[in-house]
Amino acid sequence: MTIAVVVPNALTPYTSGAGTLRLDAPCATVADALSAVAARWPALTDRVLTEQGELRRHVNVFVGDESIRFLNGLDTPVLDGATIMIVPAVSGG
Amino acid sequence: MTAPIGLPALSPEEVQRYSRHLILPQVERAGQQRLKAARVLVIGAGGLGSPVALYLAAAGIGTLGLVDFDVVDVSNLQRQLLHGTGDVGRLKLDSARDRLRDVNPHVHVETYPTRLTSANALEIIGDYDIVVDGTDNFATRYLTNDACVLLGKPNVYGSIFRFEGQASVFSTINGPCYRCLFPEPPPPGMVPSCAEGGVLGVLPGMIGTIQAAEALKLALGAGTTLAGRLLLVDALSMEFRMVKLRKDPACPACGTRIITELIDYDEFCGAANVASVDGDDEVREITPTELASLLLDGADVDLIDVREPREWDFAHLAGARLIPLDTLGDAIPSLDRSRQIVVMCRSGQRSASAVLQLQAAGFRRVKNLAGGILRWSDDVDPTVPKY
Repeated sequence: MTIAVVVPNALTPYTSGAGTLRLDAPCATVADALSAVAARWPALTDRVLTEQGELRRHVNVFVGDESIRFLNGLDTPVLDGATIMIVPAVSGG
Repeated sequence: MTAPIGLPALSPEEVQRYSRHLILPQVERAGQQRLKAARVLVIGAGGLGSPVALYLAAAGIGTLGLVDFDVVDVSNLQRQLLHGTGDVGRLKLDSARDRLRDVNPHVHVETYPTRLTSANALEIIGDYDIVVDGTDNFATRYLTNDACVLLGKPNVYGSIFRFEGQASVFSTINGPCYRCLFPEPPPPGMVPSCAEGGVLGVLPGMIGTIQAAEALKLALGAGTTLAGRLLLVDALSMEFRMVKLRKDPACPACGTRIITELIDYDEFCGAANVASVDGDDEVREITPTELASLLLDGADVDLIDVREPREWDFAHLAGARLIPLDTLGDAIPSLDRSRQIVVMCRSGQRSASAVLQLQAAGFRRVKNLAGGILRWSDDVDPTVPKY
């Protein structure tokens, strides 16, 4: 299966500059996808999840156009072809 | 559309000026009168506030309030179109008032040359119908949000970083608020500001004009606003994405409404969020002048700069060494705990976070350079460029 993970500008320093990551690993849930990301870009996952493995409170993860906070959290299922988007708070004005 | 009773009349000059609005079926004369009756508060007269204020003034918003305490710096001019080269050093609100008066003399501009705080926010915002958030820091964003929720005012949100921007409308009736999207601010130092990370000059123009459009729609009561949706703009790939926002029933501001008054937002967004292992959570500071005199006396000080390499290339202190904040944890074993350490960054925020990290790791002789390299340039060595 293929999943796209869209990485915001604020976090591309942790993905060697890549704005979209393509995962070919089998992933049933968002947690699986983030584990697959962590295998190659551990510093990115550190900025999305706390040390306890919970979603950081200033970061949102969307599967399609829905926030996982209002779905099943990190257990939200992902389907083949899904787009996962990481949206952290930014403060610039 | 018939003009509702009580709305201000349009002069012949205004009818001529707004003719392209008046022929829009969604505006017409009554809509233009609604715009004239509207009171919109723009918080921040910087990157976002510039296009917002310019377009709202041009569109004929009757009363435009502006809040900003800052003065125009030459580094603002790459994106803050309210201000020009001749305005450098002036209060942003003086420069903004002059520019807006020229854009549209029919608009009444009210200025608040102060920092928006928990002490003044309810009073200032209370006088307006619509708020536009063009601030540049998390503390003021949470303050603006909570004040808007408490007062029941719509909050037109925009935020930018590098090539990306976000826009939405918060705090409408039954709509989500900023805290529904971001329940808590990031730990200090984790998310860089535009001053630290940079921003494409045109990006606040893109996001600010979207905010201006949303404010106009709210004033007109026309169209569908971004309430319940978050627009994400990536100018580098030129992709616009829309995601759904939901009102969080557990939100302390608009859900459970546990927040019944404004709090200390600097504390909410500041060092209180950094977990400290042994309770040594006070950041000890040294001023640039004190550090300069220590160095002149030949004191042995390990000067650690925790900014990014690009910032380091732009300006750094002689004798300092670069350990970007992200790599500090890895570098800790190589640091000499017995030496006096002074940590610095651009303005002192990221370095405060680094000081706490070092203190948590057992370092005792560590201080934060107050005001960072910016203040060093102001107080000690003006040849170090500010950015």
